[in-house]
Amino acid sequence: MEAIQEFFSMGGRGVYVWSAYAVFAGVIVFNVLAPLLRRRQALRLVARQQRRRETLAERTGAASGRVPD
Amino acid sequence: MMAFVALLRRDLLLAVRRRGDLANPLIFFVMVTSIFPLALGGDPRLLAAVAPGVVWVAALLAALMSMDALFREDFADGSLEQMLLSPCPHSVLVGARVLAHWLVAGLPLVLLAPLLALLLNLPVEAMPALLLSLLLGTPVLSLVGAIGVALTVGLRRGGMLLALLMLPLYIPVLIFGAGAVEHAASGLPWTAPILFLAAMLALAVTLAPPAAAAALRITMGE
Amino acid sequence: MMLRYLHEWGSPPVFYQRAGRWQRVLWTLAALLILAGLWGGLVLAPADYEQGQVYRIIYIHVPAAWVAMFAYVVMAVTGAIGLIWRLKVAEVITSAGARTGASFTILALATGAIWGQPTWGTWWVWDARLTSVLVLLFLYLGFIALENAIEDRRNAARACAILALVGLVNIPIIHFSVYWWNTLHQGPTVARLSAPAIHITMLVPLLLMALGSMLFYAGALLSWGRALMLERERSSRWAAREAGV
Repeated sequence: MEAIQEFFSMGGRGVYVWSAYAVFAGVIVFNVLAPLLRRRQALRLVARQQRRRETLAERTGAASGRVPD
Repeated sequence: MMAFVALLRRDLLLAVRRRGDLANPLIFFVMVTSIFPLALGGDPRLLAAVAPGVVWVAALLAALMSMDALFREDFADGSLEQMLLSPCPHSVLVGARVLAHWLVAGLPLVLLAPLLALLLNLPVEAMPALLLSLLLGTPVLSLVGAIGVALTVGLRRGGMLLALLMLPLYIPVLIFGAGAVEHAASGLPWTAPILFLAAMLALAVTLAPPAAAAALRITMGE
Repeated sequence: MMLRYLHEWGSPPVFYQRAGRWQRVLWTLAALLILAGLWGGLVLAPADYEQGQVYRIIYIHVPAAWVAMFAYVVMAVTGAIGLIWRLKVAEVITSAGARTGASFTILALATGAIWGQPTWGTWWVWDARLTSVLVLLFLYLGFIALENAIEDRRNAARACAILALVGLVNIPIIHFSVYWWNTLHQGPTVARLSAPAIHITMLVPLLLMALGSMLFYAGALLSWGRALMLERERSSRWAAREAGV
């Protein structure tokens, strides 16, 4: 128990050490989440675009759903 | 070579016809320099201590502000596209343009600097170093700046962006320029920073025009 | 065989799929190395006899600074590849590199400041090393600003590649000038951050953390690259296939 407390206090400099490691964790999380969310958003955008094209094709009676833009 | 001289003459002629624009960087230089005593207080000793840095920063900013005009009008009236269509190597044309720009916007700054340095109480012994460092440094600013202008030509709000792109690249010039003046002001030998500036000028003369030409080809959409 | 494999990476859909697989491999390895490094650095390594426990920030500060500098070189090289061979994959990776590189540069600066407060008694010292990392951050920010300002993705990538190359030529000059400036303005004498002869129990976790951070950076590059590639290719058939329509 005491060993754990000592570990977290880092010789009284725990605030500095752990805030530095928190920034590290923040950068890791940013680089994991931000591209993931951005890719998800892009996937949604692609799907929406594709659906719009398909409904447009149905309305105009075109045979193919995929129209190059 | 012929094209270089022809373009240089054309640009200088145009600049002389539009004398009003010529004064703007100079006025800016004077104004920025005189803001510092107002902010720091008029203590002559303090001003003398910061003078090398202040004069150099003000000259750098004035040079940066004037860069914006390097290709702007040519872009607006389409002569930039004509330039890129010419068979002459584009880097030569860019070189001529930068030289013309430096002659009308950079050189006056250099000549005005000693006067402003006197206002800031810079010791007279430091004047040769100030003149020489600006004489070698401002062409580097113009050459490197040409790359940035070429990258941002045609963009809205290009001026602010240009400053963001160029200021980090201007740091070495500022350090050696202000360093030379500071060495001279405190009676130390100041040839080393001047030689570094000269080396940077040689590097910029050879590398910047092709880089700026390549950047122009990209931003003009080939 | 080998050449063909490499050549296939240039195709956006192949890149998208392979990058997804490689990213998982790289991040798994990175996680193992970083966990081992954290265990070694925070638990096993002894306290520094001059600085006490606070020196343990070294295990993230130094790897972050290494990745920040390495990432700029990679960014310029991939930028040049994109410029010369007009490879979309290279353009996307260049843009991805700016984001990851800038985040690691901020990490290096932030941990440097947090370390500076207890050791030097001030958050920021204008010492040569910190100052050049700051300039590196400016270079990254300029790259990102230029990329955001140009509407056309293709032109933006090519213009940014030129900027990255100009920056690469300038980095040694900036570095040298900053060190020269630092000797001119000898400020408060700053304790060296890393002891010249670092003990093996401290060195091993440091190297583990550095390698782990490198691998994490490589994986992040691919992850960002996939997202940006999908955005660019949003009207292609393979993108529609990936979106499941």
